Amino acid sequence: MSDLESFRAQTRAWLEENCPASMRTPAPEDEVVWGGRHAVYKNPDSKLWLDRMAAKGWTCPTWSAEYGGGGLDKAQSLILAEEMQRISARPPLVSFGISMLGPVLLEMATHEQKLEHIPKIVRGEIRWCQGYSEPGAGSDLAGLACKAILDGDHYVINGSKIWTSYADKADWIFCLVRTDFDVPKHNGISFILFDMQTPGVTTKPIKLISGNSVFCETFFDDARVPAGNVVGRLNDGWTIAKRLLQHERTMISGFGLTSGRNNRGGLSGNLEQTAMKYRGDTDKLSDPALRDQIAQFRIDSEAFALTSQRSAQEAKLSKGPNATSSMLKNYGCELNKRRYELLLQAVGTQALGWESLTEDASDFASEELAVAREWLRSKGNSIEGGTYEVQLNVIAKRVLGLPDMTSMIEKQSGKL
Amino acid sequence: MSLVFNEDQVMLQESARSFCREQAPVAVLRKMRDTKDPLGYPKELWQSMVELGWAGMTVPEAYGGFEFGYSGLGIVLEETGRTLVPAPLVSTVLLSATAINLAGSEAQKSALLPAIASGESIVAFALEEGAFHNPAQVALSAVKTADGYELSGHKKFVLDAAAADHFVIVARSAGKAGDTDGISLFVVDVNAPGISIQPLSMVDSRSAANVSFDKVKVPANALMGAEGAGWPALQRTLDIARIGLSAEMLGSIQEVFDRIVDYLKQRTQFGVQIGAFQALQHRAALMYSEVELCKSLVRKALSELDRGDEAEDIPALASMCKAKLSEVSALISNEGVQMHGGIGMTDEFDLGFFLKRARVAQQTLGDALFHRDRYATLRGF
Repeated sequence: MSDLESFRAQTRAWLEENCPASMRTPAPEDEVVWGGRHAVYKNPDSKLWLDRMAAKGWTCPTWSAEYGGGGLDKAQSLILAEEMQRISARPPLVSFGISMLGPVLLEMATHEQKLEHIPKIVRGEIRWCQGYSEPGAGSDLAGLACKAILDGDHYVINGSKIWTSYADKADWIFCLVRTDFDVPKHNGISFILFDMQTPGVTTKPIKLISGNSVFCETFFDDARVPAGNVVGRLNDGWTIAKRLLQHERTMISGFGLTSGRNNRGGLSGNLEQTAMKYRGDTDKLSDPALRDQIAQFRIDSEAFALTSQRSAQEAKLSKGPNATSSMLKNYGCELNKRRYELLLQAVGTQALGWESLTEDASDFASEELAVAREWLRSKGNSIEGGTYEVQLNVIAKRVLGLPDMTSMIEKQSGKL
Repeated sequence: MSLVFNEDQVMLQESARSFCREQAPVAVLRKMRDTKDPLGYPKELWQSMVELGWAGMTVPEAYGGFEFGYSGLGIVLEETGRTLVPAPLVSTVLLSATAINLAGSEAQKSALLPAIASGESIVAFALEEGAFHNPAQVALSAVKTADGYELSGHKKFVLDAAAADHFVIVARSAGKAGDTDGISLFVVDVNAPGISIQPLSMVDSRSAANVSFDKVKVPANALMGAEGAGWPALQRTLDIARIGLSAEMLGSIQEVFDRIVDYLKQRTQFGVQIGAFQALQHRAALMYSEVELCKSLVRKALSELDRGDEAEDIPALASMCKAKLSEVSALISNEGVQMHGGIGMTDEFDLGFFLKRARVAQQTLGDALFHRDRYATLRGF
């Protein structure tokens, strides 16, 4: 038996023994584990599953064991993913620490910073949020104004952030602040980490069109943060910010990937079967126009999944992000939005209920209500993590090499 | 499975590209059109392509071929799509050679496959009977006689009929139009009495004809495979050809897209390159994304074909390719004209040739609507 084969056998046996039965079903929204100081485990098996996986570092399989990660190589981590998929095991932990901050810290932070933060991300002890956008700095993120002024061995932070996902539930924040005011805007930004319990930090949830409040406004009023919490070089935060955005976009483009698969459960899980069910069709979708549109959507989804696969193969060969990856975020988001628009057509007015007014949900089933909320949520996909339009600009300039009008305008206005 | 080219494939791509650029630029097709060439392609050009092994790339070695595989043939087709090379690749190599290899008897294979691989033989594929691709609707009748069959009916849009020495004919020996049972394949000499060829002048300037069969008597050994059981081999043949044609379309799509991006960088208006305007940048970026999806689908389908008996999901992959490539081919060819402005409308400029070829290729072997319908059926809805 080769090393990989025996790794697979051991992994399979371990998962069989340690993955609780209830963790082998799709996770409802309120059972997804985000971790953190104030984590609530609606299903106690979730906690058990997290602790068992975290003890092996398998919440972050490829991260270095030195910092609590699984220390697996690519091939082993693929096997782990396959074996988890085989038994439909839930991810034990989902977090911005895992998908965004961790990879950047591993690449750019000091050994001490890694020792302090990485193990807590792996174990789900600290929940992170992202302090990027500001009321006056959205697509033009580098125009951010939140300032950090050195006072002894601390920075004093003043300003505000917006669209901070789950800031009200987060323990720590990774934040972009302006530390130099006399240089071009990209050159005066630093990347800093701090505790959300720091005096002067407050959050206020923002109610969205979906009725949920996943995003917050976050205010800093003379918040004092140790100077050693800056990651990377002072005033070089933009480099880290961009790197982290790449990870964020990869995460978001994953929405489109799962969008193409039919294993999501609920009404959105299998678009065409849902459309047939609501029309009483048995072997063929009776509405030919909708059938054509769903076929087109499914073909695009399959082609998109293949493109993600090809992009990953190309990146591996060239050892770096490649041109193709630049279109994945946009295409994935558009697919997810298309899925929900089609779902509305598939389900009709039953997908347009806001809430149930009956005890037995005879007016709207919970899975029907979920469609409306998820449809509204999906509208944000092409805004968060770089808008659709900004992403198109990136493709036009970086991949196609077309001239950059924005920099022409900025140069001109700089002269005036 | 790799969706990225290996070293051999990159070399093949480079050599195919320089051959097409040097020996068969769009000017060759233009000349065929302007001289109303009855054959539809230059014989000596086809002979050079044969010498490169392109006619026998997927023919088994036992029958004089090279077994270079479908990924290899796809690379060649992509390059021929970039310069719109007029050649009997779709008719003879993708359709007829595949059908003969899949359904033909030992004698038929020995007689025709080496001849195709060596360029001696051109075999046209007579399938369509109406203005739309619909293989199950075949009605051309094959009636059994004492010593063979008698074929009667009409075929439309037979590619490269004018150059062919043989036809592979899709006929009905039983059942009614729409049935998949009762379809039989025959291979017949073009000079058989009762066959008449009516050449067509198509917008893409490629060779096609309507062919009539008036009580054409063919011997029993003209039948390919079992009588009335031709449907599975026909389906497989069509799927392989749909994937191959998609590869050709991918080449044309990429070529037009490259020309668009070049033009956006060259053309100046209002004192700036027009590529600096966001209205055009965004459309270019959207096209780029679509081209990337097309590439992934075609590469996946070709490499799946190369897995031979282990190939999976070929019918769905073929329909995905043909549906998506037809759609994107329409988008890019239209944007090609629009983004070039007035010059895109002129005959002197090459873009019109790509636009015209795009529409014919879209209709050939099923358009996007046909293939989305087929895909939905294959996926159970």
